Amino acid sequence: MSGFLTLLKRDLLLQVREGGAVGTALGFYLVVVALMPLGLGPDLNLLTRIAPGVLWIALLLAALLSLPRIFEADDEDGSLEVIATGDLPLELATAAKALAHWISTGIPLALLAPVLGILLNLDLAAYPVLVATMLAGTPAISFLGAVGAALTLRARRGGLLLALLVLPLYVPTLIFGITAIAAATGGPSGFTASFLILLAISLFSLVIGPLAAAAAIRFQTQ
Amino acid sequence: MSHMTQQSLTQRLANPTRFMDLSRRILPWLAGAAAALIVYALYLAFFVAPPDYQQGETVKIMFIHVPAAWLGMMGYALIAISSFGYLVFRHPLADVSAKAAAPLGAAFTFLALVTGSLWGKPMWGTYWVWDARLTSMLILLFLYLGLMALRSAIEDEALAGKLCAVLGLVGVTILPIIKFSVDWWNTLHQPASVIRMDGPTIHNDLLIPLVYSAIGFSLLFFTLHMKGMRNEILRRRLKSLTMAEVDRARTVSASAAAE
Repeated sequence: MSGFLTLLKRDLLLQVREGGAVGTALGFYLVVVALMPLGLGPDLNLLTRIAPGVLWIALLLAALLSLPRIFEADDEDGSLEVIATGDLPLELATAAKALAHWISTGIPLALLAPVLGILLNLDLAAYPVLVATMLAGTPAISFLGAVGAALTLRARRGGLLLALLVLPLYVPTLIFGITAIAAATGGPSGFTASFLILLAISLFSLVIGPLAAAAAIRFQTQ
Repeated sequence: MSHMTQQSLTQRLANPTRFMDLSRRILPWLAGAAAALIVYALYLAFFVAPPDYQQGETVKIMFIHVPAAWLGMMGYALIAISSFGYLVFRHPLADVSAKAAAPLGAAFTFLALVTGSLWGKPMWGTYWVWDARLTSMLILLFLYLGLMALRSAIEDEALAGKLCAVLGLVGVTILPIIKFSVDWWNTLHQPASVIRMDGPTIHNDLLIPLVYSAIGFSLLFFTLHMKGMRNEILRRRLKSLTMAEVDRARTVSASAAAE
């Protein structure tokens, strides 16, 4: 367990001290959301209606942008091979790195969402639900994303390929995140059901993500 | 010879030469049966089956649409089983099977989406709705495209096969979602009407051509899959022969230079 915590702490420290890593994702999130009213026109009623969807999709894109960083730097300087041959099972190591991605990218993006909601005239009642669904759904984004990042580690055109591989896997998270928000803000009842499914998807990703990512890395570092 | 008979069929087929030999003999029969069944099913569909009392003649799109949708999903199941066989048992033909199944599954999924939207225009009044079943089939198509893109992006073929197997197994979680999407969300697309606990709910006049068509298209799938596997095995042999030839030429020229 101490190896897991050490790796987690190391990755988080790297994220903070590297500088710009977290900031880039947040900046991208801000710019994409700010472009929406420019493209769709400044009609506040329309923006209120589509705000949850826009915030969720922009969050997926911003998170996607930061996924390659989970393994890339460690692969380039060779520390990934050291981790792969170390005492810590590679499954736990990939879990630690995905968890570090969630803490350093998923949580800040989820916390920034309500601020951006102001730009889109988001209904005030939706704020707590929006943050709750994002905090519940972003683990799935980090842990499934780690699989994509591991698979495309040595691939040509890795970044574009990563988007093609990972975005379809994000669809259930997106659907249940949006239905939970819609149910909580005046839609048909059923917030609890959608929210619980969202949590189930995250828990499922928590199990399958590290396993698949570790298998993919093992094949590439052999 | 006695130890040979104890091997299971999948073990015996692990020898590519034996597979090539067996498939060469099976393939013409499989292709002939597929062609005969599809022709018969189309004859039934166009000349025998009555038009539906609500949908009219457009119901006949079903004879292509339903088998295509089944095979689109079966193709992914085949990829998942092959991936499992490749990762766990290191079956040498499993990767060949997974590679050959991806474009086929993608083609049938695409066919199901196209025929579905052609049927949807007169029936639902639109080519496309964001219904649970349609959306999940579209995701299935994206999964196929992702698998093919991943394979083409990695130069080392053995590594590409292993990574595609990992992705194939992760993506298999989408299959139950597609299968049950119609029951869970209960949206525009009709629920299952052929394979049900309480028997089929469509009339025999329409069911019988559908069954022939489904078997015919399944045989077509297996014909194309087997042919695809044969092509892939030949391509790999050709590649290793070429590499060996290059190696030999290099050693000859090196020894010539040494003398």
